[in-house]
Amino acid sequence: MTFLKKSPWLLHYDASSCNGCDIEVLACLTPLYDVERFGIINTGNPKHADVFVVTGGVNEQNREVIRNIYEQIPEPKVVVAVGICATSGGIFRECYNMSGGIDQLIPVDVYVPGCAARPESIIDGIVKSLEILEEKRIQMKERARQIKQGRSPGGGER
Amino acid sequence: MSRQIVMPFGPQHPVLPEPIHLDLVLEDETVVDVIPSIGYVHRGLETLVEKRQFPEYVYIAERTCGICSFIHGMTYCQGVERVMGLEVPERAHYLRTIWSEYSRLHSHLLWLGLFADGMGFENLFMNAWKHREFVLDVMEETTGGRVIQGSCKVGGVRRDIDQETLKKMERDLKGFEKGLKEMANVFLNDDSIASRLRGVGVLSRNDAYVCGAVGPTGRGSGVPIDIRMTGYAAYGEVDFSPVVEEDGDCYARCAVRVNELFSSIEIIRQLIDRIPGGEIEVKVKGNPDGEYFSRSEQPRGELVHYVKGNGTKYLARSRIRTPTLTNIPPLVKMLQGCELADVPVIVLSIDPCIGCMER
Repeated sequence: MTFLKKSPWLLHYDASSCNGCDIEVLACLTPLYDVERFGIINTGNPKHADVFVVTGGVNEQNREVIRNIYEQIPEPKVVVAVGICATSGGIFRECYNMSGGIDQLIPVDVYVPGCAARPESIIDGIVKSLEILEEKRIQMKERARQIKQGRSPGGGER
Repeated sequence: MSRQIVMPFGPQHPVLPEPIHLDLVLEDETVVDVIPSIGYVHRGLETLVEKRQFPEYVYIAERTCGICSFIHGMTYCQGVERVMGLEVPERAHYLRTIWSEYSRLHSHLLWLGLFADGMGFENLFMNAWKHREFVLDVMEETTGGRVIQGSCKVGGVRRDIDQETLKKMERDLKGFEKGLKEMANVFLNDDSIASRLRGVGVLSRNDAYVCGAVGPTGRGSGVPIDIRMTGYAAYGEVDFSPVVEEDGDCYARCAVRVNELFSSIEIIRQLIDRIPGGEIEVKVKGNPDGEYFSRSEQPRGELVHYVKGNGTKYLARSRIRTPTLTNIPPLVKMLQGCELADVPVIVLSIDPCIGCMER
């Protein structure tokens, strides 16, 4: 975690989970696991978030909501799919209203399997996603520098 | 009359861990009407009975809701057992009752924490969830799962608890109860909490009865409705009475849940004292043929599982009615006439469990 320069903030959305993973995500923040001591805060505002934590799979009604929230989060951002339902649809895969994991809708960076996913594995997944977030941030800076120098990100002169 | 505007609340909202959408019709700062719309978490798991055999469907029933998952599994099993005419051993009934009371403790502590967070009392939120971890540890020790246990099955339970562990559970309850008393003191006697909750979202006894409020929402308004009194599982063999408050405001609903924590601890003590020995399951032969309405008391109120078998390994129909759905009309009644700033607290005060409600 020493590579981390800033405190990452989470945005948690329950797509169509049974609550099992949601309460485990919240349990990560509370005294036994306590990731808040590293400055990781569960925010309610997409505009403040770096990490988008989704539990549960995609169904017809929440499709637009997930896409809308994802688009509101500023770059760089990472998506963590928590629980087997968010990964593939899990036990509800065959239900008539489910269309599967959230990777059908938005790009997912880290998958955390489990039913319900344990707080330890959720924390592990978030830490993995932070490495990806840092990489994305460096890439963005590099691109911005190139644009400033008058070169397009692709390489050639503008 | 001033101009009316419609303000959306949810589906993604800071105080809601789960998605529900309310259209609030406002006149200045006052809510005059509320139009709820649901369906963001609908999976359609009732139809899975056609694809899963009836003993396997217990897993699906448990995943209706991750908070009270054990009670869902147990209620479904009770329904199937009654249809098949199975005599479940007494010890299995006791073990089921112990686990469902631990589920109630965990659910109420979870809610108290979220409620404190909804009021902006972050410290109390952390405190409630600290106590909740004790309950989850017991669950994990005895069933192997933290939030989804999978220890109930048609014909009994999957795991036994040995006498030594039972004794340890009873001993540990003492320290747990002491911690809870300190926390309950803050919830019930703190001035800032009382002034935030008293007189907010009042539901009269008559409205509660007419709108069909169940569980702590109804009991907070003086309706003594508690399905545990019907004596399913081993509840017939313990002494307890429903916790009832008369005021019908958010404070009363909070007080009902705080006092139910202690009532649950008392029930667990009695069960551990009286648990008989013997088998924990019976062999299941044949297939269910017939129908039954199985009822139980979830932390949020009355839960109904309807099962209908047709003599094959696959059930013909399963229907789940959860307490949150029943508590939506009372919620609409509470919200009419309240201030906009009180909406999050009132919505939380019915303990909405959307994952349950939409199945």
